[in-house]
Amino acid sequence: MKKIEAIIKPFKLDDVKEGLNEIGITGMTISEVKGHGRQKGHKEIYRGAEYVVDFIPKIKIELIVNAEIVEQVVEKIRSSANTGKIGDGKIFVLPVEDVIRVRTGEHGKDAV
Amino acid sequence: MNSGDTAFMLVATALVMFMTPGLALFYGGLVRQKNVLGTMMHSIFCLGMVSIIWVIYGYSMAFGPDIGGFVGSLDWIGLKSVGLAPGPYSDTIPDLLFCAFQLMFAIITPALISGAYAERMKFSAFLLFTALWLTFVYLPVCHWVWGQGGWLGKLGALDFAGGTVIHINSACAALAAAIFMGKRKGWGQEALHPHNLPMTILGAAILWFGWFGFNAGSALSAGKTATLAFFTTQIASGCALMSWVVAEWIIQGKPTTLGAVSGAVAGLVAITPAAGFVGPLSAVIIGIVAGALCYSVIFLKTRFGYDDALDVVAVHGAGGLWGALATGLFASVYWNPDGANGLFFGNPIQFLIQAAGAGASIAYSLVLSLVILKIVDTVIGLRVSEEDEIMGLDLSQHSEIGYTQ
Repeated sequence: MKKIEAIIKPFKLDDVKEGLNEIGITGMTISEVKGHGRQKGHKEIYRGAEYVVDFIPKIKIELIVNAEIVEQVVEKIRSSANTGKIGDGKIFVLPVEDVIRVRTGEHGKDAV
Repeated sequence: MNSGDTAFMLVATALVMFMTPGLALFYGGLVRQKNVLGTMMHSIFCLGMVSIIWVIYGYSMAFGPDIGGFVGSLDWIGLKSVGLAPGPYSDTIPDLLFCAFQLMFAIITPALISGAYAERMKFSAFLLFTALWLTFVYLPVCHWVWGQGGWLGKLGALDFAGGTVIHINSACAALAAAIFMGKRKGWGQEALHPHNLPMTILGAAILWFGWFGFNAGSALSAGKTATLAFFTTQIASGCALMSWVVAEWIIQGKPTTLGAVSGAVAGLVAITPAAGFVGPLSAVIIGIVAGALCYSVIFLKTRFGYDDALDVVAVHGAGGLWGALATGLFASVYWNPDGANGLFFGNPIQFLIQAAGAGASIAYSLVLSLVILKIVDTVIGLRVSEEDEIMGLDLSQHSEIGYTQ
């Protein structure tokens, strides 16, 4: 089992969610986060005063999948979140030791 | 007594009253979220406190029997001898209605100052400062210009709706407060952003709407001069809106909505002393200059390092001073036979009188405001503690928050 964490542009969330639904992934957790990579921030102007805002809003998607479909899921997220411009985000893949379903107590693959 | 004039002035008075909540929204949107209520309270509370002062002694000191051209006496204390018949200031409306109209001006003037010391003043210090400033600065200066026997009025200074009395006066107090109190924590290091610009835009719209009562109502009758003031108010404001936005577009590369509404208010300020004395084309010039001028004065606070948080000095000071001088340039008896001609209409003396009036009120307001600030600082302390400033005025001064998390 692997955990996939993807940081994407907020307006791409629907595309990514639909793309994942198409390949049978129905569960995920998302959160609104702020950060920057190479994109840097943007400029704001209020009455002559210019501010550079370093951290810009992003969406973080977290999901756990079985190891054999990791490549397929990562590719789906990458293609549906892609705009070709700087700031599209990053995807991280991490190992997961165990998964437990709270309702039934199932472990491992059965609980994913 | 004239029922048309009375009806008009009742409505105009209500319009001016509405400007103070408008100002609360305008300023409230410009501060950080944690200070929105504390900032709005500075305006809203004036509606209460100034009303009481006005009835007890305020109106008497501003408009009562003259003492040496400097201030009104206390003969009209408790509004003694101010009744429902026409009084010394108008033949066609009740004396009490003139008193009510002028009360609304006295309410908004100290509220304007609050933009300078926003986000860092103790509420108790605000109360004492406002009461003292109203008593020892606003009431005398109002008497100089509009009170019977006031020395600036006798000199022939033209101030149609309060460019000197209200805008220059409050902006000098604002400059004194910004310098005396020091900068907000984080000034120049962190971004002290406006938290709600749609709120600021709504507030500016209410100010603009109310300003028709402010300027047209200053004619004190529903007739030719009120119409002129109404029209020049709209034209100057619109032109200043355009010129501020164009100036910032050229200099900083983007036209901003905050620039648009700031320009509109700058134009309203600048036309205030001139509204009933100048023609529409003069209003165009007054507005265009006001927008670009006030925009450029914004940058002075960074250069000289005073934290005029919401730009009272740039908008009301520069705009008010320009308006007072412009009245001396563009006033024309063609448009108002009761006024005077300005420099461009063959009367250079009027320009000098306007400059003298503005200079006198600048000097008086700056010095007296500093003295009052020093007194309040000694008695109760002007600034909130550092901890309270970080927490925000809403929680530390009022135990409330503006928005649920």
